[in-house]
This record gives sequence, C-alpha cells and structure tokens, in this order.
Amino acid sequence: MKLKLKIWRQKNRNSKGKFEIYDLDNVSEEMTFLEMLDYLNSKLILEDKEPVAFDSDCREGICGMCGLYINGRTHGPEKEVTTCQLSMKAFKDRSTITVEPWRSKAFPVIKDLVVDRTSFDQLIQAGGYISADTGAAPEANSIIIKKETVDRAFDAGICIGCGACVATCKNASAMLFVGSKVTQLALLPQGKAEATIRAISMVAKMDELGFGNCTNTGACEAECPKGISISNIAKLNREYLYAKIQD
Amino acid sequence: MSNFFSSSIGKKIIMSITGLFLILFLLLHLSINLLLIFSAEAFNTASHFMATNPVLKVMQYVLAAGFIIHITWASLLTLQNQAARPIKYNTNSPARNSTWSSRNMFILGSLIFIFLVIHLSDFFYVMKFGDMAGKSDYELVTSTFKIWYYALIYIVGFVFLGLHLSHSFHSAFQTIGLNNKIWMKRLKVIGTIYLFIVCIGFAIIPLYFLIPELF
Ligand code: HEM
Ligand code: FES
Repeated sequence: MKLKLKIWRQKNRNSKGKFEIYDLDNVSEEMTFLEMLDYLNSKLILEDKEPVAFDSDCREGICGMCGLYINGRTHGPEKEVTTCQLSMKAFKDRSTITVEPWRSKAFPVIKDLVVDRTSFDQLIQAGGYISADTGAAPEANSIIIKKETVDRAFDAGICIGCGACVATCKNASAMLFVGSKVTQLALLPQGKAEATIRAISMVAKMDELGFGNCTNTGACEAECPKGISISNIAKLNREYLYAKIQD
Repeated sequence: MSNFFSSSIGKKIIMSITGLFLILFLLLHLSINLLLIFSAEAFNTASHFMATNPVLKVMQYVLAAGFIIHITWASLLTLQNQAARPIKYNTNSPARNSTWSSRNMFILGSLIFIFLVIHLSDFFYVMKFGDMAGKSDYELVTSTFKIWYYALIYIVGFVFLGLHLSHSFHSAFQTIGLNNKIWMKRLKVIGTIYLFIVCIGFAIIPLYFLIPELF
C-alpha cells in the first residue's frame, strides 16, 4: 500500500504544534496501525529526522496505553478494537490518513501524539478502589455473589482506561470511565462499604479536573474498544443521587 | 446535599427535571389546542379557564420558571462543555457514533426559543396585555393560522421541537438514573411515540385552518 499520512507534530507541552504530511510506500496490509507507525519512524530515523512519538505497551488490546484519533474516530474505523489491534486492512491503498492526539482539556498533549492521562489516575485515586486489610486472603467461596451481578460488574470492570470515551465525547466528559468504575465496585460486596463516598469523591474530582458534562449522546459507548454500556452512566447518576441524599 | 446543584450530575438533573416538566406541559397544551378543531366555544372556555383559575395562574409562573431554568442551565452546561475541549479535532466523524440531534441540543433549543418568543408575542402577549379588538381567543388564533407564513413558522417550529424531543425523553431518564440496557430501548420507543403525537398533533391545527384558505 501507498499512503499519505497527515500526522500531528508537537515538540512539547508548550509548543504550538502542526500537521506534517508523510508519504509512506510499501505498507503491508498485514501490519497493525502501530507497526505502520514504527515503519514510518524507522524511515524518519534513517533520514535523521525526529520520529513520531506515540504511546503503546502491550500491543494486544489490554493495557490501554495506545490511543490515536484516526480519520476522525478514536482507535480508527473498526468497532471494538484498540489502536494497537487495528489492522491496516481497514484502509484503502493511496488514501490519506489523519492522525491526531486525544483532544481534551484534561488530557494535555505532551509530545506529538502522546497525551498526559494523569487525570485518569487522579480519578482512581479519588475513590476507584476498595480498602482492604492486609493479612491472609479470606476464603473466596465464603462470599456468595449472584452470577448476573458478577457478569454486570465484569462488563463494567473490563475498562482498560485508554480514554477513548473522553476523546470521542463532544463534551470531553469522563462519565463512562467514572461510571464503569463506580458501577463495578458498587455491585460487589467488597466495594459496597465505600460506595457512597466513592461516588461523591470521584464525581467531585471529575468536575475539578475540567472534564465536560455528559449529554447522553452515546458516542462513548459506540467507540469504547471494550463496548462498555452507558447503562453504567445511569447507574452512576443513581449512585450519586442516592449518595447525596444520604450526605 | 451540599454542592449537589453545582456538581456536573446535579446540573444535569436540573435539566432533566425541567425538561420532563416541559414534556408534561406540552401534552396539556396540545389537548387544549385540539379543541380548536372541534369547537370554538370549548376552546374559548378552556382558554379563559387557563387564564383565570388561581391554581393555573400560579402554574403560569412555575412554567415560566421551568423554561428560564432549563434555558439558563442549558447555556451554562454548553459553555462548560465547550471549554472542556479547547483545541478541536482537525478531522472528525461524529455521525458514526451519535445522532445529529444529540449533538446539537443547544442549537435546537435556541431555535425553539426564537419560536417561543414569536409564539408568545402572537398570542399570549396579545391575550393578556394587548388589544383584542373584540376578537375571542378562538378568532385570534384561527385568523393567525390562516396566514400562510405564520402557519409555516409554526410547522417549522414543531420540526425543531421534534428534533429536540428525539434526544430528550430517554436522555432525561438516563440523567436521573432511571435507565438500563433494556429500558433504554423501551424509553426510545415511548419517546418516539410521544414525539410524533405532540408534533403531528400541534402541526395539524394550523394546517386545518390554512388549507381551506388555499383553495
Ligand atoms: C418545550 C420546550 C422544551 C422541552 C420539552 C425540552 C425538553 C428537554 C429534555 C427532556 C431534555 C433532556 C434532559 C436530559 O438530558 O437530562 C432537554 C435537554 C436540553 N435542552 Fe431542552 N427542552 C425544551 C426547550 C429548550 C430550550 C428553549 C432550550 C434553549 C436553549 C433547550 C436546551 C436544551 C439543551 C442544551 C439540552 C441538553 C442539555 C444536556 O443534556 O445537558 N431546551 N430538553
Ligand atoms: S498497547 Fe496496550 S492496549 Fe494498545
């Protein structure tokens, strides 16, 4: 394949940044999107040019590190895949591909396509955990949980924290991320004890960090590489309302 | 309940409750308007009752407050949401993941607001403070609908309302947390039925008076 790549280049946090155009020949359909970028970078290095910076780690869709805005979509055109799983088969020969970083006030660009997602860590620190005493692990079978409840908690807990929900939302809202964490933990007995304080603290942190307000467009659900449902946002709204009534 | 109303979810719940209140109001408004088709006398009586009954007089203020709060909070939320993405995408394909109406609620709301100003100055203002020149409420309304461009303004207004409502009903329930995967489908169906009843119901009335004028 022969491609024209329009890629956002930015030196650091404070520089302005702009798009650069690269012509790339001999791209194989067998490559993943990130392998294609590796290939571009190897060429740039040979030409003594600065390679394009982008995030990745596991390259198998489980760590949530990768994430690019490709041709106007988070993680590109395919459904329920991360950027690292995206195959070049999804693109046509001789087409132009626009690659941008996630855009959100809460995710500032650090360099080229790499954004700072510390805000997600701050959200988790605000309440996305359970407090457990150290010591011997209790007997797992002593806590009985209904199968449906476990499944629902799992469907929410499958979030990899890539930030695509924020990136795609027209309001850059983090409600799906917070909603899935709050739901997952509120459903399970280990998380119930702190459900109230969790909902309140995580929402307060979310507002403080400059994420937008949810308008229920459903874009996050449609673009989430793990297909997490916005029913978790309804559950968050419910948990929050309930927590505030008790507060 | 400290900070509830200043939180993002609190503000959204205000939008939802005022929106649902307006949805209920539209049903009442439509029921009275449909009387126009059946009987001038019934319409005049209902219209007079709405304007003079003390409970309904209070409700007028509640309704005005509902609109004002809905619009104020809509503006506030929209401004905040714009600020959450200071640098926009160069290439964006939102049509692949969400409906046009859901992304343009503020624009649709603003168009409804313009319609509302025209509507209130046509009827409400004239009935309450203006010179009726001996006309009954029925005569005022029907004579207006016989003018084609007024009828058109009303019909276009209901199209904007319909688009606003297409993202309103299920969204309002989602906001107050009364939703899940199964109910989302049901709410969308109920919302669509409501939307068609209200918009077609309202649009029929100007057409009913206009069409005989055209022939
Ligand atoms: C009779 C007229 C109206 C009705 C029945 C109505 C109803 C609703 C409902 C039910 C919602 C959903 C709330 C939610 O998602 O929780 C909504 C949202 C919205 N409305 Fe209205 N509305 C009306 C007029 C207006 C007007 C005049 C504006 C003026 C700007 C407006 C602006 C908005 C906006 C921006 C939203 C989205 C807000 C958000 O989701 O955060 N609406 N409306
Ligand atoms: S690199 Fe780990 S999910 Fe893509």
